[in-house]
Amino acid sequence: MFPRLRLSPGFARPARSFGGFVVVLALTFLGLLVITFLIGRVIPIDPVLAIVGDRATNEQYEAAREAMGLDRPLAVQFVSYVGDVLRGDLGMSVSTNRPVAEDLASVFPATLEMATIGILIGVGLGVPMGVTAAARQGGPLDQAIRVFALLGYSVPAFWLGLVGLALFYAGLGWVSGPGRVDIFYDGLVPPVTGLLLVDSLIAGDGAVFRSALSHIILPATILGFFSLAYIARMTRSFMLDQLSQEYVTTARVKGVPEWRVVWGHAFRAIRVQLITVIGLSYAGLLEGSVMIETVFSWPGIGNYLTTALFNADMNAVLGATIVIGSVFIFINKISDVLYRILDPRSRA
Amino acid sequence: MTRLAAWLTDDAPASRAQANLGRAYQVGQRLLRNPLSALGLAIIVLLIACAAFAPWIAPYSPVGQDLGQRLLPPSAEHWMGTDELGRDIFSRVVHGARLTLLIVALVVVISAPIGLILGAVSGYFGGWTDRILMGVTDVFLSMPKLILALAFVAALGPGIENAIIAIAITAWPPYARIARAETLTFRNAEFVAAARMAGASHTRIVGLHILPLCMSSTIIRVTLDMAGIILTAAGLGFLGLGAQPPLPEWGAMISRGRSFILDQWWVATMPGFAIILVSLGFCFLGDGLRDVLAPKSENRR
Repeated sequence: MFPRLRLSPGFARPARSFGGFVVVLALTFLGLLVITFLIGRVIPIDPVLAIVGDRATNEQYEAAREAMGLDRPLAVQFVSYVGDVLRGDLGMSVSTNRPVAEDLASVFPATLEMATIGILIGVGLGVPMGVTAAARQGGPLDQAIRVFALLGYSVPAFWLGLVGLALFYAGLGWVSGPGRVDIFYDGLVPPVTGLLLVDSLIAGDGAVFRSALSHIILPATILGFFSLAYIARMTRSFMLDQLSQEYVTTARVKGVPEWRVVWGHAFRAIRVQLITVIGLSYAGLLEGSVMIETVFSWPGIGNYLTTALFNADMNAVLGATIVIGSVFIFINKISDVLYRILDPRSRA
Repeated sequence: MTRLAAWLTDDAPASRAQANLGRAYQVGQRLLRNPLSALGLAIIVLLIACAAFAPWIAPYSPVGQDLGQRLLPPSAEHWMGTDELGRDIFSRVVHGARLTLLIVALVVVISAPIGLILGAVSGYFGGWTDRILMGVTDVFLSMPKLILALAFVAALGPGIENAIIAIAITAWPPYARIARAETLTFRNAEFVAAARMAGASHTRIVGLHILPLCMSSTIIRVTLDMAGIILTAAGLGFLGLGAQPPLPEWGAMISRGRSFILDQWWVATMPGFAIILVSLGFCFLGDGLRDVLAPKSENRR
């Protein structure tokens, strides 16, 4: 009755679907590059002028323009732009004087760490909430969960961050304030993974670990709340579809206890759909972290992006856009493929 | 009243207006039966009223400064307190309703037609037109909206107009998907064949016969998207990339209150409540509309 998760049929014919997957992924990525390239071209700031200054003579200006390759046709420029990006060259950052790619690599772990704890909270709370709401459809608990989940679609992330800081940091003193770790612990543990919680455990430094945990818990919880809202809503909707199926009625008639009908039968059937949803919300968290990181001065990619925006550091802005966009696209497409591999019905 | 209701629910409407009004009446009736969607509708009506009558509702000017009255806590005179320039926050929030309504209206007016036309053309002609247009739509759909909007604003420069354009550029793809799906179901319908045989042009068929049928799904989608649009606009305002001071835009107001959040909490929190209330209102209304207009649609619940 339940489609068992069999992996082999999906992997047995990888040639067609895998090739198709790569083509779609490549085209979408190319689309992203077209957009960032065009944005880089339409900015009102003249990139040549930024280099030579406004006192340069016409010849100097033209020479610089030629050296930067801006006199070539747009299509040629685009091809060399794609080549640069593929080689990992995202240009130099005007504000940090370092290659953008290096900057991004150094800030990315901080975002990854927060988004991962966020998704753990979102899945850990969101799935049970969605299942409970569906099991008690129409009841007061269902309504309460529905409104709570809709709040996740209605509360501005930056506002919740500010209120959280005022309440739990300044008011109650339960958590630490902005930043990743207390200032006197900064740089104490050698960066192995870049994830401070993991690094401090590797170094066996309990004090740094506790400080890092107390810093990350509030922003990660707030970030997790937004994935919780989406996950709970989707779980509820999937569960309602299953609970109205005949096999559920059969199980109930046979006298299977209700908790087993819900968790053992209906929930098992929606696991595959949930993987897609969790993948999508994980990607969404990378995006949501922009606002949260700005409020919490979290030294991640979102904070890097907004700082670059204020400094009109276009290479850094576009580089961050490419990296976040690529990760987002990749997770998006992977969830699609996983769904197709894991769900026998979608293979028809 | 009963005669009006009878006229509206007449099984054989005498005119097109009567039929349309009757349908609207029935949708409204069913909408009001669900408490959450009724609440949502009430919130949206309140928002529109605030925007329309802002100068009469607001007790003070939204921009008038009074440095002697700065950073006062909420009281009978200043319901939501005052900000760092002594401006009444309640008055600014009320006037902010105008900006919020303006932003969402403009974003929808720009993005919905783009999406609808692209989707309808894509579904109607099929073949390579369809593949290319839907390919572009897919590219946009699989990209992070907020990041893309940020990059666009970075290129266009800060300001409320550019924020609206940037959000609209990222908001159209879902409408294209909807219009395409609906068009595919009607493309081979007899009324389309009849119109074609009567000599109607492609433009006329798509514009007058197909697009109107995409309306109810679009309305649902637009209502559900409103909260996202409001949050993105407020986020841009918060980062200083959207509406510029002294405009009483809610996100920008929160940004100003950020420096006082620990001592004068009301400056940043009050506009946030307005954002939450309005976004929730659109969510409730959208959920309700979906249940009433498209009980079996794919974006159910």
